[in-house]
Amino acid sequence: MSDTTPILEARGLTRHFGGAANFPFRRAAPIRAVDGVSFSVRRGETFAIVGESGCGKSTLVRLLLRLLTPTSGSVYYDGADVTQTSAAGLRHLRREMQIIFQDPFSSLNPRMTVGQLVGEPLAVHRIASGKARAAQVAELLHRVGLLPEHARRYPHEFSGGQRQRIGIARALACAPRLVIGDEPVSALDVSIRAQIINLLEDLKSEFDLTLVLVAHDLALIRHTCDRVAVMYLGEIVELGDVERVFEYPAHPYTRALLAAIPVPVPAARGRRQLPQGDPPSPAAPPPGCRFHPRCPHAEQVCRETRPLLTERARGQFAACHLAGRLPAPAQSSKLAPAKGDAGRRRLAIYHRRPQPAAGFR
Amino acid sequence: MASSVKGRRSITRGGEPLLAVEDLAVGFDGLDTALVDGVWFTLERGETLCLVGESGCGKSVTALALMGLLPRPPARILRGRARFAGHELFAMTERQLADLRGDRVAMIFQEPMTSLNPAFRVGDQIAEAVRRHRPVSRAGARTRALELLKRVRIPAPERRLDAYPHQLSGGMRQRVMIAMALANQPELLIADEPTTALDVTIQAQILELIAELQREAGTALLLVTHDLGVVAEVADRVAVMYAGRFVEQGSVEQIFSDPQHPYTVGLLGSLPSLRQREGRLVAIPGAVPPPALWPRGCRFATRCPLADERCRREIPRLSSITPGHHAACFKLPLERHIPGLAA
Repeated sequence: MSDTTPILEARGLTRHFGGAANFPFRRAAPIRAVDGVSFSVRRGETFAIVGESGCGKSTLVRLLLRLLTPTSGSVYYDGADVTQTSAAGLRHLRREMQIIFQDPFSSLNPRMTVGQLVGEPLAVHRIASGKARAAQVAELLHRVGLLPEHARRYPHEFSGGQRQRIGIARALACAPRLVIGDEPVSALDVSIRAQIINLLEDLKSEFDLTLVLVAHDLALIRHTCDRVAVMYLGEIVELGDVERVFEYPAHPYTRALLAAIPVPVPAARGRRQLPQGDPPSPAAPPPGCRFHPRCPHAEQVCRETRPLLTERARGQFAACHLAGRLPAPAQSSKLAPAKGDAGRRRLAIYHRRPQPAAGFR
Repeated sequence: MASSVKGRRSITRGGEPLLAVEDLAVGFDGLDTALVDGVWFTLERGETLCLVGESGCGKSVTALALMGLLPRPPARILRGRARFAGHELFAMTERQLADLRGDRVAMIFQEPMTSLNPAFRVGDQIAEAVRRHRPVSRAGARTRALELLKRVRIPAPERRLDAYPHQLSGGMRQRVMIAMALANQPELLIADEPTTALDVTIQAQILELIAELQREAGTALLLVTHDLGVVAEVADRVAVMYAGRFVEQGSVEQIFSDPQHPYTVGLLGSLPSLRQREGRLVAIPGAVPPPALWPRGCRFATRCPLADERCRREIPRLSSITPGHHAACFKLPLERHIPGLAA
């Protein structure tokens, strides 16, 4: 494995749920949660997966971590096929790849102390025990902005942001090289989100991590990620450098997402093209392009032939028959300066640190 | 569906506002601090006011208190009054309030699945909302329900009349809720996080629908949300809440382009921009303390970079900055406290 080998790669990854023959009953249509997804994540980058609920992004994450086995297709970690890996290989893999969950309330065992929670990976992987483990736990807690004495407390004693810090400390315990965050900040309040995003960025550079972030907040992706894959109904419809995709979105769905997201700029109100209707069920995806029933540009070919992900510009791929011919999107006002000068100037009061204690207990 | 959401809606000024809330304070048994304290605002006909703040800031409690929907006890209205179109809301009997709700004042909540009755067809639920307040026949109410489903643009409305809530998508359920809320052409619509449970493309559809129906009927909207993007999209005026108090109030332009209170400044500054990457995000330190630990003076004092002894001791009152723009802070203008910018 050289440095150019992608750290993580998906090839034709597919996962269907249900639909097994259930004699004597009729075979139900399977849910095609993830359907032929291919991409690769480069060492050291932050890669975003974005899409609305039901697009298969959480299933994709579980396939990448091998918490689910694919119906077909493979996942490669460091060039090795992990879908074929042995139990011992899997244990090694689990040290290398970690996940941070969305909900810091349900992803921590309420009967374990913070010390036990953060120390558990160290015990499972036989990295440290006894005093050495306690010392490492204290160090990890310090790194994520908690205090060593917090190790004796239980998760319910902490606020949402602090619990997410515990989840992050736990994910970092066995020194992984790849961390996947499944909506790591979407359950948090706005003022806490920025703290956690900053923490993730600091830890990424400090520990040389590769990050995969699953999110639906496009501004967050713009801020933290290098490349982005846009998913719709189990497929990747657009993939590319974040700057490129946000400034010149090629797929009508990407454009719809960018048009629909409300931005904190009253001046950006205006005319816009919204996708109509609801996304169809992944159990009965429409033929051809899966976005065609909601697409304002759909033509006959879109209804009949499934478009493939092809390169449209350097580092930008889109799965759309019309990508070369679509009119340029008209939504530049959203990309206009976000904050008034006065607000931005006054923000300087927050640079006068350090200041009150981080917690309230 | 391309339509314009730009521009002010027609607002009738002069005379009495549709809703006037004065010095509202709400407490709960077993808690010494008021969860909502000194809330003061007016709402004109056709106007949209957004109550914005993070979880636990009291924005939903404010909305529920106005509608008489807080269980009393444990909730208590400690102080204040609320006048809606000539009625003193806090002096009304439960029966009078029930006549008002769903008729002249309607509400939409965050999760449409829990607000709709799962055991009844949506057509019957809408018809019931009509018949509760209007003397119409069963058939007449059903016709009205169909009309309303068409108006909120539910596809195949004839079939949806007989659908149960679980057979509809989240976006469609919220459309049913809106149809029900608008059944009697309310003068005031109170919406508590109406799009938070929805995906962004559906959220945009619903916000546009509410704005359109509001324009048609001249309904005033009190929108409770935590999403500053939604606020920028729909509000005429904005009230920012922190730990039960209004910290700033003004027009949407004033709040977004000229924020005065340190909390508003920090909240807006902590949002990543869609436009470009801009280094580290500015983060407000710490977290909102639980109500029992709220400071005696300014409640933002535990997190404010400018807080001093006076802030911790005295409660800052909302004071006027420019017409219509108020903030509650002893440190205004903030420019005085920025190194290098101090006058």
